[in-house]
Amino acid sequence: MDELRFDYLFENWREVLVMAGDHLRLCLAAVGLALVVAVPLGMVAARFRGLTLPILSLLGVIYTVPSLAFLTFLIPTPLGIGRDNALVVLTAYAQLFLVRNIVAGLRGVDASTLEAAQGIGMTPWQVFQRVRWPLALPVVLAGIRTAFVSTISLATIAGWINAGGLGPLLFNGISRDQPPMILAGAVAIVALALLSDAVLRVAERWTAAARAQRAGAR
Amino acid sequence: MDGVSLRVEPGRFVVLLGPSGCGKTTLLKMVNRLYDATSGRIVIDETEVHSLPAPALRRRIGYVIQQTGLFPHMRIAENVAVVPGLLGWDKVRTRRRVDDLLELVGLPPAEYRGRYPTQLSGGQQQRVGLARALAAEPTTLLMDEPFGALDAITRARLQGELRRVHARLGQTVLFVTHDIEEAVRLADEIVVMRDGRVVQYDTPLRIVMEPADAFVSELVGAGDVLRRLSLLPVSAAMGPLAPLGPGTPTVARSAHLRDALGALLESRAEQLTVTDEDVRPVGTIDLAAIQRLSMPHPEETAAGRERATRAG
Repeated sequence: MDELRFDYLFENWREVLVMAGDHLRLCLAAVGLALVVAVPLGMVAARFRGLTLPILSLLGVIYTVPSLAFLTFLIPTPLGIGRDNALVVLTAYAQLFLVRNIVAGLRGVDASTLEAAQGIGMTPWQVFQRVRWPLALPVVLAGIRTAFVSTISLATIAGWINAGGLGPLLFNGISRDQPPMILAGAVAIVALALLSDAVLRVAERWTAAARAQRAGAR
Repeated sequence: MDGVSLRVEPGRFVVLLGPSGCGKTTLLKMVNRLYDATSGRIVIDETEVHSLPAPALRRRIGYVIQQTGLFPHMRIAENVAVVPGLLGWDKVRTRRRVDDLLELVGLPPAEYRGRYPTQLSGGQQQRVGLARALAAEPTTLLMDEPFGALDAITRARLQGELRRVHARLGQTVLFVTHDIEEAVRLADEIVVMRDGRVVQYDTPLRIVMEPADAFVSELVGAGDVLRRLSLLPVSAAMGPLAPLGPGTPTVARSAHLRDALGALLESRAEQLTVTDEDVRPVGTIDLAAIQRLSMPHPEETAAGRERATRAG
């Protein structure tokens, strides 16, 4: 490869855009599913100190499993190849970032603030919903951002087991020795990651807790 | 907590005083059930605290803590409006109440209602804490070392304002502190505690003049005359108003005897004119009067001890 050639990207940008959309959908589905698991798991891990370390250690171990191995490992199961397999793997990988930040966020709320909430007459649910969760939210969102960006890169690998997205551009580009095709896939993935990161950063800045903190710093 | 039995008259400002670990905060938190007593009863306005759910009970009791406990993600107005919100007040009534309270605690609502707690100084935050506690018009106010983290000047100012607010609204206040000077400045009555027991329950004057035992005596600075005088207000030794010569130095009724003594020594006058908050003369004070209060009354110490036994 003597020089970077963008001709494939320019000529096929519509197809690349469709694949990027597909990639994004897979990631949204995976992180959405991951949150359904991570929020209750994080609340339990934050609430019961004895469970925090075991849960986070287990998620850490899962994260160290190489992604190709994990995907291949699930092929003989009913999940087979394709989307379902990829969804399970991506959901599992995202747990570490999500649960870790949910625990840190919930634990990071000042004890005297929570005692005041209880002491002026909030029910336990009101304390959680009106005080603890909104104050934890910026940290939780930072976890979602990390998880999402990481999922975008991992979802590329899932292209190997026919899960769609932008991965096939890379794999086909390699097997057919088509550098411009590889480049098109790489550019699209990086753009997707940067864009998602930016959008989620804005979301973090718009939480009430982050706004209040900025107001104080002025 | 060991066999504590207290009766607080409605509208009184009662200070729970004692060293760390004496149980004063525990006692306070048993009133709003942040801690639960293993046995015994606590009754507020004829309602036993366990006769209604804890959140409902707490919404009827104002609660102020040292670290302010303000919700950092809510604006000042939202913080003050929390309990009215929990009680389902309508918006108009809540808003009017919030503005009235911010006015009452000296934070002009137009300027402060939209700010966040982090944009306020420690003293201002504690004013908001007081406003929040008062929002739902509670008849009882619990305050757990609310001024403990403030500098001396801010603390003195807020103490004065708290007395003013109390004089105006007339809640029953339970106020926890380990600071004897704060206690005598604020209290109608002081409960001295030690090891989970009440040692003495009395007016500030009697606590200082007739300590029930060696522990209270040490707390009020037994052998130290100047310290004792710094705990007693001028009003405690004030004589009837008499016309004194022109140029007689004056001292405020709310000042301490120590200040009066200093003024007497400095001016070499025989007497001082005592003035009220509006600097109108209301009485006189002389060295003999101060002297009478400079030492505890030994013959009355036994009586004090007896009272303490009854209170405990």
